[in-house]
Amino acid sequence: MSTATTHGHAHDHHDDHHGPAKGLMRWVTTTNHKDIGTLYLVFALVMLFVGGAMALIIRLELFQPGLQFVNPDFFNQMTTMHALIMVFGMIMPAFVGFANWMIPMMIGAPDMALPRLNNWSFWILPFASGILVSTLFMDGGGPAGGWTLYPPLVLQTGNAFPFAIFAVHLLGMSSIMGAINIIVTIMNMRAPGMTLLKMPLFVWTWLITAYLLIGAMPVLAGGVTMLLTDQFFGTSFFSAAGGGDPVLFQHIFWFFGHPEVYIIILPAFGIVSQIIPTFSRKPLFGYDSMVYATASIGFLSYIVWAHHMFTVGMPLAGMMFFMLSTMLIAIPTGVKVFNWLSTMWRGSLTFETPMLFAIGFLFLFTIGGFSGLMLAITPADFQYHDTYFVVAHFHYVLVPGALFGALGGAYYWLPKWTGHMYDETLGKVHFWMSAIFVNVTFFPQHFLGLAGMPRRIPDYATQFADWNMVSSIGAFGFGFAQLLFVYVVIKCVRGGKPATAEVWDNPEGLEWTVPSPAPYHTFDEAPVIK
Amino acid sequence: MAHAPTAGTAAGEPKYYVPHGTTWPIMGSIGLFTLFIGVSILLNGGSGTVVALLGAAVVIVMMFLWFGEVIRESEARYYNGQVDKSFRMGMMWFILSEVMFFAAFFGTLYYARQFSLPWLGGEGSDAVTNAVLWPSFESAWPSNGPEAVGGNFQTMGPWGVPALNTALLLLSGVTITIAHHGLKAGNRAQLNLFLLATVLLGFIFLGFQAYEYIHAYTELNLTLGSGIYGSTFFMLTGFHGLHVTIGAIMLTVIWFRCIRGHFTPDRHFGFEGVAWYWHFVDVVWLGLFIFVYWL
Repeated sequence: MSTATTHGHAHDHHDDHHGPAKGLMRWVTTTNHKDIGTLYLVFALVMLFVGGAMALIIRLELFQPGLQFVNPDFFNQMTTMHALIMVFGMIMPAFVGFANWMIPMMIGAPDMALPRLNNWSFWILPFASGILVSTLFMDGGGPAGGWTLYPPLVLQTGNAFPFAIFAVHLLGMSSIMGAINIIVTIMNMRAPGMTLLKMPLFVWTWLITAYLLIGAMPVLAGGVTMLLTDQFFGTSFFSAAGGGDPVLFQHIFWFFGHPEVYIIILPAFGIVSQIIPTFSRKPLFGYDSMVYATASIGFLSYIVWAHHMFTVGMPLAGMMFFMLSTMLIAIPTGVKVFNWLSTMWRGSLTFETPMLFAIGFLFLFTIGGFSGLMLAITPADFQYHDTYFVVAHFHYVLVPGALFGALGGAYYWLPKWTGHMYDETLGKVHFWMSAIFVNVTFFPQHFLGLAGMPRRIPDYATQFADWNMVSSIGAFGFGFAQLLFVYVVIKCVRGGKPATAEVWDNPEGLEWTVPSPAPYHTFDEAPVIK
Repeated sequence: MAHAPTAGTAAGEPKYYVPHGTTWPIMGSIGLFTLFIGVSILLNGGSGTVVALLGAAVVIVMMFLWFGEVIRESEARYYNGQVDKSFRMGMMWFILSEVMFFAAFFGTLYYARQFSLPWLGGEGSDAVTNAVLWPSFESAWPSNGPEAVGGNFQTMGPWGVPALNTALLLLSGVTITIAHHGLKAGNRAQLNLFLLATVLLGFIFLGFQAYEYIHAYTELNLTLGSGIYGSTFFMLTGFHGLHVTIGAIMLTVIWFRCIRGHFTPDRHFGFEGVAWYWHFVDVVWLGLFIFVYWL
C-alpha cells in the first residue's frame, strides 16, 4: 500500500500541511482526527462531572436512612439519568476519543477514513445529551424508571418520554457512525506492512468493540422505537392484553445491553494492554491469544443477555443456557488477566501513574469479574438480583475497570498529546485517592447487597445505615479526587517538562515515533513497518 | 473495478483525500435536534408542527449540500482507490446495522408467536397469567391478544397484492443488475433505461403498498392498534416501506447522475452502493413475505 506517494497534488485547495483554523469554528468544522479526539475527550470529562454530580446526590440521600434531601421521584430520576449519562455521554465518548486520537497514529494512517462523518459522530453528542439533560426540567421530570427503560414503568414518564427516546436514538446514531468509521479506518487505512496481527492491541480491541456497536445499537433503536409506538400509536408490543409481553422488551434491551458491557470494557482492555508492556519493559505476553480472547468475548457477548433477567420467569433450559454461556466468558477474560500478569512477570517494572492505574485496573476489575461469576449462578442470582450486590458488581467493572482504563490511558498519552509531561506527584496522588475511595465506596455495597438491601431506593432499613454512610463518604472522596485530575490535565496542557518523542522508556508503537506534541497531520507519508 | 485489491493507490493517483473543514455535520445536528424536539412536542399534544418541519427542512437541505459536495469531489477525481474502498466498507457496515435494526422487529414477531401468545394461552410453566386474568384465551395466530385489542380484524392474504409486490421487487433486482452490466460495458443507453425501470418498479411497489394499507384500514379493520398482529404487521412493513422509499429516492438521484454522464465503467461506487441497498430492501421483503404474509 503506497498510500503516501508524492504524485498527484491535483487540487490546489488540498494542502496537507496547513495547521488548524483559528477560533471556535476550528472545533465546529474540523475533520482532523486529533481535534475530534480532543472534543470527545473534553466532552466526556465534562459529562463525568455531570453524571458524577447525580451520583453524589444519590449518595447524599443514602448517607443516612430516611428522606433528607430529595423526594423519591427525583431520586429515581437521578439513578436513571446518572446511568444514561455515564454510559452514553461519558465512558463511550471517552473511548471514541482515544480511538480518534490513537488509532490513525498507531496504524500509520493520515487520518480517519471518513473525516466528515467523524465530525458528525461527535457533533450529534452535545445535542443529544442536551435533550437528555433537559428532560429533568420538563413537566413530570426526567425518566425515572431506570436506565433499562423497562415498560410498563417507563411509559409512566411525563412529557420527558419522547425526548428521552429520541435522545437515545441520536446517541445511537452517533455511536454507529463512529463505529463504522473506526472499522473502516482499521480495515483500510493501515500502513504497508501493518498486518492485522501486528496491530497494537488497543486497535484490535476497538475493532471488536466497533463490530459490537454495529450489531447492538440498532437493536436498542428498534426496542425504544417500539416503546414510542406503544405509548403514542396504540401498538401492543409490550402489552399482554394485546398479545405482547413486557418481558420481550427486557430481551431486546439486554440483547443490546450485554454487548454494551463489552463495548465499554474492551477499549479499556486495549489501553491496559498498551500500558503494561511499556512499564514492564517487555513485549505483551501472549499477543495472539489476547486477540483471540478479545474476539471470543465479542462473540460470547451476544449469547448471554438473559442472565440480566433470571428472575422474570424463563424456561429452565433458558436459564441453564444463559448461566453456562455467561460462565464461559470467564475463560477468555482469564486468558487476558493471566497474560497481563505474565507480561509483568520478571519485567523491570516501574510505577508511573499510567502503570498504577493499569495495575489498579487489573486488581479491581478482577474483583468485579468474580462477583459477576457469582451473579451468573442462576439460583444464587435469585437472591442477589436487584440488590446492592449487583450495584457493587457492575461499578467495580465500570469505575476501577473502564474508568481507570481511561484515566490510565489519559496519563499514558497526555505527553504525546500536549508535548508536556504531567505532574507525576499529583498523578500518583490522584491514583491513590481514586483507588482508595473507589473501594471505600463500592466494597461495602457487596455487604449491603448480601444483607438484602435493594437497589434504586431512596430510603432503607436502619440495619443498612453503617455501610451506607461509609459508601457515601467514599463517593464524595472519589468525586472530589477527580477534580485533581482536571487540575493535572490543565496544568499539563499549559506547560511542564517538555516530552520527548518516546516519552517513556523505549515504548513500542508508531505513536512514539512522531514528535510530542504530535503534529497536526501525522503519517501523510505512510511509515514503513518492519 | 479498478481499485487495487490491497487498498493501494496506483502511482499517479492522488493521495488519500482528507477534506478540511465542513459545516454540513453541524447543520445536520441542528436539523435533527430541531426535528426531534418538534416531533416530541407534537407527541405530547403540543403544537410542534412548525418546529418539526423546520428541522426536517434543515436536514434535507443539509443532505443536498453534503451529498452535492461529495458528488462534485467524486467527479473531479479527488478520490483514489483507497477512498473508494473506504466508501464501500462504510456502506457494507451501514447495511449490517440496518439488518440488525430489522432483526429487532423480526425477533419481536417470532417471540410473540413462539412465546408470549402460547404462554398467554396457558402453555408452559408460567401459565399463571392465563389462569388468573384470561382463562378463556386460547393461543392462535393471527391474534390481537386476550383482550382483542382493536376489535375483530381480517389479515392480508399473501397471494394477492403481496405476491405481486414480491414479483415487482425481484424484477427490480434483475433490472438494476442489467443496468449495472450496461454501465460496466459502457452501454449508457442500457444503463439509463434499466435504471429507470428499476426506479419505476420501486415506486409502483410503493403505490401497491399504499393501496394495501388503505385496504387494511378501511375494509379489514387491520390497524397499527390491532394487538400484536397489527403492531408487528405495520411496524415491519412500515419500516420496510420507508426503506424502499429511501432506496427509490436514492435510485432516482443515481438515475439523474447517470443521465448527466456521471460514473465510469470501472469507478462507480455511488451506483453500486445504492444497488447494494436496493438488494438489501429486497431481501428484507422476502423475509416479510414469508413470515408476515405467508406463514
